[in-house]
Amino acid sequence: MPELITVGAAISPNLPWSDWQFGFWIHLLIFGIGIISLLLGSVIIFIWLERRLVGRFQRRLGPNRAGPLGLLQSVADVIKILTKEDIVPSRADKLIFWIAPIVAFTPVVLMLAVVPVADGALLADLNIGILFVIAISSITALGVFMAGWASYNKYSILSAMRTVAQLVSYEMPLILSMVGVVIIAGSLSLNDIVKTQTVPFIVLQPAGFFIFFIASLAEINRTPFDLLEADSELVAGYNIEYSGMKFATFYLTEYCEAIVLSTLAATIFLGGWQGPWLPPIVWLLLKIGIVFCFIVWIRSTLPRLRIDQVMGFAWKFLLPLAILNIFVTSIFVALWPETPAWLMGLTNLAILVAYILFWSKLFKPGGKAVAV
Amino acid sequence: MTVAITGEEVVGALDKELKGAVKSVESEGILVQAEKILDIALCVKNNKNLKLDYLVSITGTDYIDYLEVSYLFYSLDNNKRFTLKVRLENKSNPAMPSLTGIWIGAELQEREIYDLLGITFSGHPNMKRIFLWEGFHGHPLRKDFSNGN
Amino acid sequence: MAIKTEPILLNLGPIHPSTHGVFRMRALVDGEVITDIEPVFGYLHRGIEKLAEQKSYRQFIPLTDRLDYVASMNNNLAYVTAVEKLAGIEVPERAEYIRVIMSEIQRIISHLLGIGSFFNDMGTFFTPFFYMFIQKEKLTDLLEMVSGQRLLFNYMRFGGVSHDLPDEFLPALNTFLKEMPAEIDKYERLLKENEIVLARSKKVGILSPDMAINSSASGPVLRASGIEWDIRKADPYSIYDRFDFDIPTGTVGDCYDRYRVRVEELRQSIRILEQAVAGIPKGKVLNPVPLRFRPPEGEVYSHIESNKGELGFHVISDGSDKPYRLHIRAPSLLNLTALRKMLTGWKIADAIIIFGSIDICVGEVDR
Repeated sequence: MPELITVGAAISPNLPWSDWQFGFWIHLLIFGIGIISLLLGSVIIFIWLERRLVGRFQRRLGPNRAGPLGLLQSVADVIKILTKEDIVPSRADKLIFWIAPIVAFTPVVLMLAVVPVADGALLADLNIGILFVIAISSITALGVFMAGWASYNKYSILSAMRTVAQLVSYEMPLILSMVGVVIIAGSLSLNDIVKTQTVPFIVLQPAGFFIFFIASLAEINRTPFDLLEADSELVAGYNIEYSGMKFATFYLTEYCEAIVLSTLAATIFLGGWQGPWLPPIVWLLLKIGIVFCFIVWIRSTLPRLRIDQVMGFAWKFLLPLAILNIFVTSIFVALWPETPAWLMGLTNLAILVAYILFWSKLFKPGGKAVAV
Repeated sequence: MTVAITGEEVVGALDKELKGAVKSVESEGILVQAEKILDIALCVKNNKNLKLDYLVSITGTDYIDYLEVSYLFYSLDNNKRFTLKVRLENKSNPAMPSLTGIWIGAELQEREIYDLLGITFSGHPNMKRIFLWEGFHGHPLRKDFSNGN
Repeated sequence: MAIKTEPILLNLGPIHPSTHGVFRMRALVDGEVITDIEPVFGYLHRGIEKLAEQKSYRQFIPLTDRLDYVASMNNNLAYVTAVEKLAGIEVPERAEYIRVIMSEIQRIISHLLGIGSFFNDMGTFFTPFFYMFIQKEKLTDLLEMVSGQRLLFNYMRFGGVSHDLPDEFLPALNTFLKEMPAEIDKYERLLKENEIVLARSKKVGILSPDMAINSSASGPVLRASGIEWDIRKADPYSIYDRFDFDIPTGTVGDCYDRYRVRVEELRQSIRILEQAVAGIPKGKVLNPVPLRFRPPEGEVYSHIESNKGELGFHVISDGSDKPYRLHIRAPSLLNLTALRKMLTGWKIADAIIIFGSIDICVGEVDR
């Protein structure tokens, strides 16, 4: 019986980093430090990138005063936010109020442990990589809920309730959208999935990518699903009572989540580190950047949905599509394993288009007041 | 042009028993008894020729001897306007019926008049101060109001 | 066993991103659904009506700026026309044209801000708002050119306006009028058919025509309910009878219609501005009126179609140099009358955009 979880199982023996001469712990240390510093560093860059991009989308310049091209703006903001007074509301549940940012932040960093930055270059090559990612990512919802609940604020409680409803609902299509990929790749390990992608899976699984992208927008609370923050309704949502370092942690969580989900999208659907000429890590970062810019584009374009529309969209639209996608993909893989890539991709695309057209017939604008 | 309906025209359209409630007739409006304002307002609203269905504005004024409340109506269909006035001699505890039952547009304006002039409108669903805080003494638009300076 | 739930009292405002100032609503919410709501007024009450009784007629003009502060020219206009009507003051032809131009510019400014913040309430991350703000800034520059101010203009006087237009004004306005229709088309491409906009605003917060009339709603809110009532047409003041324009109306009276009516009014304002710029005569802009003049005894109600609705000034004179009583018929306040009926039963997110679609200015609500 094979071991359920093996560390480093899929590392090819002929790569320079495959056989760590210093052993397991050094490997853990180097990659641990590497992931955290890469993540925190890229958060700084990506916040700057988002603000500049949103500025351009809105026909203005964006931050351009601190440092060259405004690059130091995020650094200035971090310094500002860390020197702020740390306020805890007097009627807050102090312990949970303290723990919540950590509970929200930790799983986001953990998710990167199974993402390869080059062939075999990852912290832990779990053979259940995707399962690990899914399991860990749900914990963030818990941290957000704790924050909303412990703040003793009506806005944050409303936001916390929305969090649970929304994140749990969108977990479902998010997971199912990846199943199609897993069926084709025949592995749950992210390293294997990347290596299987001679053609990026977005070509084979456009419907899967579509569901994954939308569901991850909801998971990271981005427009049009930013109901948790909903600045025009709930002021700031779950983090309304947070300030100083704790607020910074939530802010960090949000951006890290966006980056991590961009990374997953790039790894699972866009071929990960694969690409000609450039080193693998550069390719990965490029792909992450493209997905992230796409998220920013959507953010600066679309209004926000209402909570019942958000829930309806997950359960009535995304979930059936995801199941349909799994069904069709498994038929192909089971009955006709040698399907050419173009046929598989075209079928998938046709299903996606037909499904959207069908669903748009049922689209009813507006809402209904509840009789009180 | 929004033409003003003359007072005579309105008085002519009123029911017989309401004619007695009219105190004086002016060129653009009539002055009526405070107690009969509801009936008269209903009458001018429902009258087929007048159709004064839009309550524009309610102004309360302190004329030292009495308080005056003037209602301005439009007829949106006929493009006409008309003024209805009420005088309250009792300045210590002025009260009159509220028009909120007929026009809910009167709700906030009557609260405003209660707040600033101290006229109580009976039948108003939410008769309390609107701009000033509860516990404020006096009614600022009264001519004898003094804020203590 | 049923879970025990209780409604919570949620304070929306006075400090809240979507209450457009310091307006406050005490909402009783059952989960996300609003079961009852009570608007609370008075956070910006400055007693302007009482102040009017203590200032001379002319001294009160700057205070009218503080009513609807996104459109102070309109407040100026409503007040000076009321006093001119009371005192029988003539206004030169050129000044009438200037007044119409200013009034329409202010209408465009106010509607741009109204539409922009409506979409902010709906959750767009400031993009439509900035698109509209860029155009609004160009108009503010124009108004700064004539009055030296950017917000509170204090430009109108009894018998005309304080200064003539500078030479650069009309060419600059012409440039703006040429580029604005294309800009409006751009907004329409972005927003008009957007599915999320439709899903959020159609059939939401319906104000029926009967209810609109009964609750004394006016301006775009009344017209969105399908009632063709515009004081510029019904009772033309200044020289509005000389211009050719339409009254846009809605059909359902929902948030979407209110937004559509405002966009169409932008186009109509541009039409009026084009005609006014083409027809403006030369001549003087002010018939001098003594600083402390005494209008005859009497009372007058004069109204204009302001950007928010019917703005009326009821001025009562006792023959002295101060108004005996001055009442302001504030459209923002009266448009809020139906708020409770419009919001009850909707979710919090809907309530925010219904409130946003009414487009109030707290300076005018509380006075």
